[in-house]
Amino acid sequence: MLSSISECSVTVVHDIRTNDLVLASQPGFDHGILLLSSVADTFPVEWLLIQSAWESMSTPAQFGNLQMPAPFGDYAMGPAYDEMFRANGRPRTHYRNLYTQLLNLPSEELYRFKKEADLSFFNQGITFTVYGHAEGTEQIFPHDLLPRIVTSSEWAIIERGLTQRITALNLFLADVYHERRIVKDRVIPGEIIYTCKHFRRQMQGVKVPRDVYVSVAGTDLIRMPDGRFVVLEDNLRVPSGVSYMLTSRKVMKQIFPALFRKCGVRPIEQYSRELLSTLRSLAPDGRSTIVLLTPGTYNSAYFEHAFLARQMGIELVEGRDLVVHDNTVYMRTTSGLQRVDVIYRRVDDDFVDPLAFRADSALGVAGLFNAYRAGNVVLANALGSGVADDKAIYSYVPKIIRYYLDEDPIVDNVETFLMTDRAQRDEVCGNLEKYVVKAVGESGGYGMLIGPHSSREQQAEFREKILADPRNYIAQPTLTLSAAPCFMNGRIEPRHVDLRPYVLFGEKVTIVPGGLTRVALRKGSLVVNSSQGGGSKDTWVLEN
Amino acid sequence: MLSRVADSLYWMSRYFERANHCARVLEANHNLMLNPSKLSTEERWLRIMASLGIAPAAGGIDPQSAMVKLTCDAGFESSIAFCIAVSRENAGQVREQISSEMWEGLNSLYHKVTKASANLEADIDPMRLVAAVREGSYQFHGITAATMNHGEGWQFIQLGKYMERSCALPVLLDAYFSRAGEADTLDWVGLLASCAAFESYCKVYTAELRLDSVAEFLLLNPEFPYSVRYAVERMGAAIAAISQTSFTKASGRIERTAGRLRASLAYAQIAEIMIGGVHRYLDDVIEQCESLHAAVHMVYIDYPIQSALEA
Repeated sequence: MLSSISECSVTVVHDIRTNDLVLASQPGFDHGILLLSSVADTFPVEWLLIQSAWESMSTPAQFGNLQMPAPFGDYAMGPAYDEMFRANGRPRTHYRNLYTQLLNLPSEELYRFKKEADLSFFNQGITFTVYGHAEGTEQIFPHDLLPRIVTSSEWAIIERGLTQRITALNLFLADVYHERRIVKDRVIPGEIIYTCKHFRRQMQGVKVPRDVYVSVAGTDLIRMPDGRFVVLEDNLRVPSGVSYMLTSRKVMKQIFPALFRKCGVRPIEQYSRELLSTLRSLAPDGRSTIVLLTPGTYNSAYFEHAFLARQMGIELVEGRDLVVHDNTVYMRTTSGLQRVDVIYRRVDDDFVDPLAFRADSALGVAGLFNAYRAGNVVLANALGSGVADDKAIYSYVPKIIRYYLDEDPIVDNVETFLMTDRAQRDEVCGNLEKYVVKAVGESGGYGMLIGPHSSREQQAEFREKILADPRNYIAQPTLTLSAAPCFMNGRIEPRHVDLRPYVLFGEKVTIVPGGLTRVALRKGSLVVNSSQGGGSKDTWVLEN
Repeated sequence: MLSRVADSLYWMSRYFERANHCARVLEANHNLMLNPSKLSTEERWLRIMASLGIAPAAGGIDPQSAMVKLTCDAGFESSIAFCIAVSRENAGQVREQISSEMWEGLNSLYHKVTKASANLEADIDPMRLVAAVREGSYQFHGITAATMNHGEGWQFIQLGKYMERSCALPVLLDAYFSRAGEADTLDWVGLLASCAAFESYCKVYTAELRLDSVAEFLLLNPEFPYSVRYAVERMGAAIAAISQTSFTKASGRIERTAGRLRASLAYAQIAEIMIGGVHRYLDDVIEQCESLHAAVHMVYIDYPIQSALEA
């Protein structure tokens, strides 16, 4: 698909066959680009620029005069924050156990571990189908053998920051669909809210239990060169990937039992139980039939839906299993119709009810929205919660936190420029070659301009688009993601990573210590897409 | 239990049993065909097809390709590869209902079969695949019994398995008994082997192979797992267990239908059956099984919503 990749620069290529944006190299630029995406539509796609990272990454592994020991022979440090090594080439304290273990393990042994892990993933059916191939080409979800380690003090900040964030975002949503104080107080312009693609006017005035709109969030964090975590994106609709977090932990425990004990890794296995009690806390008194609504087996996250339903011991239902009669939701069982009280829905707003939203949806349940509005069934997450993870609203989240909680944000945003703001627009439009411009409602890497790698024509075209519809665009400066060691064909090399912890909000906020670390496994293409060599690794949060 | 889930478990199990049955028949015949016989190779293949309920192809049978087609051709609806794939697809739709071990077992068997079927042109030995399916199926039944809750889902799995067996065995028996005159001892050995019954038969009737003893054993033996009576008994037991957990007004009707079939096999005399014609008797069994299948579907799976709301 791609031609050879030279050392220091890349450019974007649109592969027509797969409709993916991929990267090819082109001399003359000094920026690398990372496309963070994943299994088909499981994760949103995000483009990031890694400033100058690739130039230095292609140089041999040396820190001053220090030559790295054997398995790290090719380990090259760029300007990115390195999760394992300090700038002097010494491992950080919390990585020492892993470092020692790696020094003492022959690479054949690591190969064997890797094979063992692959087989375990394969037999558990954690696979995805490669489209366009005949049957039998299922591949496992790519993963990396080496854990990404987070200290307890780093985690404490993340935990407090995300707790603060989800609390504020829920208050925001309740306000948006009721009084709109935040608009009246002129903190956010009303038109930004009402023009959101995921704003649901049908939700106006609808009371949701406990005023909890977002009960499950999967927030994407990245780490800046100075080591700070910042939020790249709030996923507040139907975030996925948590099953990969749980299964890869299970596999890692089989492979590195001793290391586990030595490091003191905090457990995450309670996630399903916590999710269940979060959902239960939303149920009306005395009724608690909870189900998980999936689009069905053809959805790329189906494995996860089945996995979670089984772990929680609740029914996994599809739209066709549910019937609404007299504003009450029932499921078809072998002993007749049974009433349903809480639906953990993994179906987008648009598709839950063909009568209320998209009429062509075959995944939903006719009449569900009326039953919901009548208060006869609870949906988690609530409909319309997507308004809070709109890319333009995102830029207001610090203000939202201050407005509702009267606190400063604990975890920052990535700097974002709103094209609706005249000064910001002028700055960006005047210097398009410096910015990444994104369409707010799009995902999948479409409708996007990568400034440093765009031609003058492309910039002119985007400038026109922005001026024609400023609400539809935001811009962000170039970013550098942190890098973590990965086991690549016998050698250990750094690869860029992000982190998605899962936040639960019911009676209280619960964040299991861990998350999904996504990694760009392929060095040249930089695409964190499972079919393009992207993958995940286990995330270890330490006891102390 | 969700109706859709019950349906998937039922079909997962039925197709798995179908693959298993096909594997047993092929293995038995493969061994048999190494011996000379009055029947030509083509005639023997016709009988194999008939015993699996497959209508003979218009252009006759090519013995070379027939074996590969029946085992590895995933595009052919009676092949082992097809049945395993459908079984797994159904299992995949209800993964949260079956144990992880069951899924892993079925999944690895599926991958073995697809690997073979993806290399149809390559020089593969179908018999190795057949053996793998046989072994894999015993393993799967073991895993299922050992790791899954013996609740309603399990009963639907049992129902699927024994329903399939109750339908497939009469077809197999009919293929042999309808041309009993031409058959020699070796053919009866082949029939017994197709039901993994040779050793068990000998324990009851000694190695003396008599037409009516073979018929009696495979039709009416209450203890042998591949006899029609045993399969029907287990099917009836599953139906009774299901109607206990998921009682609806119509459950009783299904139980009565099942009970009648059970009784007819329990009290039948082989001599009477032989006089009345084995073919007719077998046809009647198949017909009753089919109407049971339809009734189960109507009562537990695809019932009209209005009637459920009234209840």
